[in-house]
Amino acid sequence: MPINNIFRKPKNELEKGGRPPVVVTEADAEIGMTCPKCGKSIPLSYLWENLYVCPCGYCFRLNARQRINFMTDTDSFQELFSELESRDILGFPGYADKLENLKKSTGESEAVICGEATILGQRCALFVMEPNFMMGSMGTIVGEKITRLFEYAIEHSLPVVGCTVSGGARMQEGIMSLMQMAKTSGVVKKHSDLGNFYLVVLTDPTTGGVTASFAMLGDILMAEPGAIIGFAGARVVEQTVRKKVPHDFQKAELLVEHGFLDMIVPRAEQKKTISTLLSMHSKGKSK
Amino acid sequence: MNTAIEHVQAARATNRPSGLDYINNLFTDFIELHGDRRFADDPSVVAGIAMMGDVPVTVIATEKGKDTKDRIRRNFGAPNPEGYRKALRLMKQAEKFHRPVICFIDTSGAFCGISAEERGQGQAIAENIMEMMGLKTPVLSILIGEGGSGGALALGVADEVWMLENAIYSVISPEGCANIRWKDAGKAAEAAESLKITAQDVYDLGVVERIISEQGGNYAEVFESLGSDIRNWYENASSLPMEELTQARYMRFRRMGTPS
Repeated sequence: MPINNIFRKPKNELEKGGRPPVVVTEADAEIGMTCPKCGKSIPLSYLWENLYVCPCGYCFRLNARQRINFMTDTDSFQELFSELESRDILGFPGYADKLENLKKSTGESEAVICGEATILGQRCALFVMEPNFMMGSMGTIVGEKITRLFEYAIEHSLPVVGCTVSGGARMQEGIMSLMQMAKTSGVVKKHSDLGNFYLVVLTDPTTGGVTASFAMLGDILMAEPGAIIGFAGARVVEQTVRKKVPHDFQKAELLVEHGFLDMIVPRAEQKKTISTLLSMHSKGKSK
Repeated sequence: MNTAIEHVQAARATNRPSGLDYINNLFTDFIELHGDRRFADDPSVVAGIAMMGDVPVTVIATEKGKDTKDRIRRNFGAPNPEGYRKALRLMKQAEKFHRPVICFIDTSGAFCGISAEERGQGQAIAENIMEMMGLKTPVLSILIGEGGSGGALALGVADEVWMLENAIYSVISPEGCANIRWKDAGKAAEAAESLKITAQDVYDLGVVERIISEQGGNYAEVFESLGSDIRNWYENASSLPMEELTQARYMRFRRMGTPS
């Protein structure tokens, strides 16, 4: 800096040495999740307290552990068959790596979690599908775990409660995935023929080979509000018929209207409704 | 025939014998029965009663159609829920009258339409699969062309499943798979290979009991040998106690995909 400038009046804030730093006293707004239905950002603390349901009624997707936590009585859930893990049975390109990565990122070993639990005191066998594990798709191990759960329920004369969320049969295990539809439907029938109760809670989305097998075979079918439930995906249907599908296409509400579901139950009421139905079916049952 | 995609093309070839050809060549006196008694009759599923020698049988086939007009009428062999419900109605009828059920499968899959969804495509397939599992009469399913996913399985829960040499059986079409896996439907050949859908692959995986030779395209011969195979199968199946038959059918599927 030239010597003759030392005593010059500063021309601007910067030459003066800048403004004092602004002291932030207000806390950052809480992190939220944007609701795809109403578009508002919902604070996480609100979602935690309200089972991940937006004030507008939209049900955010839950992972399987979250669902088990809110649905079952504290510490009542005993997991079964967690030792079963998928393998790359066909040598399908990229599948083995995908499985490894998913096991790490989700902390789960498969797309379904099975076990026994009580729901407001009512004992049942429970399976809950995991949307973050290949979109809950059904490969051989998902089929096997669900089959074993029904066999366990037969052995112990237990009702089965199943929460479905699935993109359908798992492409990477080819025809063996398709056969799981027959395997699971077969064991549902065995369980049913012995007079046992099976309740399905269909959540968003339940599609493909899961809809076309055990998801539609319950004695009572209940769905979460707004859940998409169908066989073919909306995009495939649009490509096939070359027109846009209506906005309520495959929505649970429409399925009720067409007679394919018994009822829609908001998340906050599910535990109570399920336990009431379980208790109604435990009365008068022999054994 | 080397690559999987060549098998796919052969399975889809329009000059290949269709469901009705099998019914007409393997049996006599076929009387077609219509309707699901719920909503409609689905022409993509042909079903009725025919004679196999002196044994009445219930036959059910998906039919893609013969010429353009026929194909459109039959929705290119892609059934609506009514097709599956008609099939189930006639299977229950077969059970009542102790007739064996023989299904011929040739479909790209259940129809993916708006109204098909609204009338419960998934529910119709699920119900067929479950009810076929417990059907108290012998059931045989033969894949004669395309075996497309759940829409094929809805007629494929049988005591034995056979497959023509050039038929395919797959959880998803090679094009659909290529679209998802490689985001490029042009990779169908690669997808077909990876999915293991040829008769030999499916047989090696233990999903079918028998591969039927196509005799180099001489279908008269195919019909003749297949006819006697079916009669032999029925003789054996009908001699078993019903409990044993349905339990074996259950176990056939129960063991699939069980980790050793």
